[in-house]
Amino acid sequence: MDPFVTLTAPAVPLDIANIDTDQLLPARFLKKPRSAGYGNFLFHDERKPGFPLDEPAYSGARVLVSDRNFGCGSSREGAVYALVDGGFRCVVAPSFGDIFAANAAKNGLLTVTLPEDAVAALRRQLQEAPGATVTVDLPAQTLTGPDGRPLPFAIDPFKKECLIEGLDDVALTLRHQDAIDLFDQRDAERRPWVVPGVVPGVA
Amino acid sequence: MTQQPRSLFEKVWDAHVVATRPDGQALLAIDRHFLHEGSFHAFGMIDHAGRKVRRPELTFAVADHYVPSHSRAKPIADPEIANMVTMLEANAGRHGLRHFGLHDPAQGIVHVLAPEQGLTLPGLTIVCGDSHTSTHGAFGALAFGIGATEVSHVLATQTLWQRRPKTMRVTVDGVLGPHVTAKDLILAVIAAIGADGAAGHVVEYAGSAIRGLSMEGRLTVCNMSIEAGARAGMIAPDDTTFSWIEGRHFAPEGALFDRAVEHWRTLPSDDGAVFDREVTLDAATIAPAVTWGTSPETAVPVTAAVPDPGAEADPVRAGQMRKMLDYMGLAPGMALEDVSIDRVFIGSCTNARLEDLRAAAAVLRGRRAVVPGLVVPGSVPVRRQAEAEGLDRVFIDAGLEWGEPGCSMCVGINGDLVPAGERCASTTNRNFPGRQGPNARTHLMSPAMAAAAAATGRLTDVRKLGAS
Repeated sequence: MDPFVTLTAPAVPLDIANIDTDQLLPARFLKKPRSAGYGNFLFHDERKPGFPLDEPAYSGARVLVSDRNFGCGSSREGAVYALVDGGFRCVVAPSFGDIFAANAAKNGLLTVTLPEDAVAALRRQLQEAPGATVTVDLPAQTLTGPDGRPLPFAIDPFKKECLIEGLDDVALTLRHQDAIDLFDQRDAERRPWVVPGVVPGVA
Repeated sequence: MTQQPRSLFEKVWDAHVVATRPDGQALLAIDRHFLHEGSFHAFGMIDHAGRKVRRPELTFAVADHYVPSHSRAKPIADPEIANMVTMLEANAGRHGLRHFGLHDPAQGIVHVLAPEQGLTLPGLTIVCGDSHTSTHGAFGALAFGIGATEVSHVLATQTLWQRRPKTMRVTVDGVLGPHVTAKDLILAVIAAIGADGAAGHVVEYAGSAIRGLSMEGRLTVCNMSIEAGARAGMIAPDDTTFSWIEGRHFAPEGALFDRAVEHWRTLPSDDGAVFDREVTLDAATIAPAVTWGTSPETAVPVTAAVPDPGAEADPVRAGQMRKMLDYMGLAPGMALEDVSIDRVFIGSCTNARLEDLRAAAAVLRGRRAVVPGLVVPGSVPVRRQAEAEGLDRVFIDAGLEWGEPGCSMCVGINGDLVPAGERCASTTNRNFPGRQGPNARTHLMSPAMAAAAAATGRLTDVRKLGAS
């Protein structure tokens, strides 16, 4: 995945709470191979006149600023592919669906959680000055909006490291191969019922 | 040596930590990995990296999302949908995985099939590339949904990096009223804490109302944990759990079963276990529920009226409420019981088990549905048992369709869609915009409530209709 360090880019505000992954990527597109490019499916059924992503003033936005519970619902990683293929590198919201946030980090999409009033203020600034940019500095853990005030944000250190270095965590896990083997060996003695006695055929 | 009191979650978590990083991330061993047709991205990732499935004996593939609800005698007509079903079979075959395909006599929705086949056991860690994996927590397992990259990680390593979530206990004491079900209970919980109320938390459901639920009811409760944003939902295993498991196909047998039960009895939260957050509800205050908006948190008693955005002080929130009402085609102040519906759907990993079908049939027996509807059992064994009890006849005589097991109209990707603009009384878990089809309007409710809506053609308080 592409590493994420710093980003200065236009941001688009979306005053909608509970944006679920069905809205981000309607289920009928889940069959598509990744090679198809998911950008055209992003918010496919929400693209009605007045939808902020289609306003020329917000074209080229790479940061999305939304409301609480962004990415709730289905675990479909395609919702993240749609954002990434649609040009987004960062989503800012007061809260995120846990699975969405985990999927985002695996694909170089940074999720920034800030207090509800701070996010609402940021959306207002972007509505008042369409096309304004925000700057995200991941090593410093700050997001600076159009008003020039840096807002500190918290992030899991592991997620931060993976994003900055663009790490493949399977490679990282395989460094623990001995511990995994030892766990399996001990667990087979401790809980021998865990591996089902696989009987081919039917119930 | 005295040990710090631990919760059910903490016991299961602690028993699965393989390694811990200085930053607190834990490498967690995974006991069960379930796959469905959507897993093709993850197979692509491990194939691309030249990796193998580390523990095929703990990995199970189930065709459920794209399978047809109508006759299975002929091949699937849509080539893209057919490809999803055959691709899973091919990937499972190539990696030597047990595959429950379209014609398997155990086939069903993965979250119905796995408990039914004895694959879901207390104390296990269970993952699947599906957010409703939280369902399996009903057995006291730690079960949660993951995305494609994490699925590929589990395929390759049988582990997952996780940060220890926070804990929440939701205690529901008392007795549920007549016709008030597990579905109404969990909708009340979601309405009380919000659709992100449990984000970052594993929820343990406790209290006498939870203890009194059947396994089916507990599965319904844990299933919708994700709709409150929870990482997982769990219920302490007890005799109800153990007697459900005993004798099932993949469950341990004989002395091994006894040994497992002995261990499982140590799993419930210790007295004095501490939770990051506690929520309590009184079962007696829970009414049959319906949702009015496009989030499960908009659940209200069916006797309520559509809320008024004008009464909301925050202009952004008021705008969001108006947007939901506009999508749903509802006006503020109208009684929900006056809302006409166009069709019903009874099914999904939330409510397609035998108990659900019995409850819906009890309402429809001797009645006619005045709108079209589809009833889709959760698995082939559920379908067979329902037919043995004559439930299929009740639905068919009422004018509803009786389908083949799968996810069907809950997510609509097998082609079962609610037409645009139509209003559906649905026993599913999500009323999101477009969830059951572009511009489809979904009202979530219990199977008995959906059956009552079918009989009257509008949202209906099943308590007033009564079961015949």
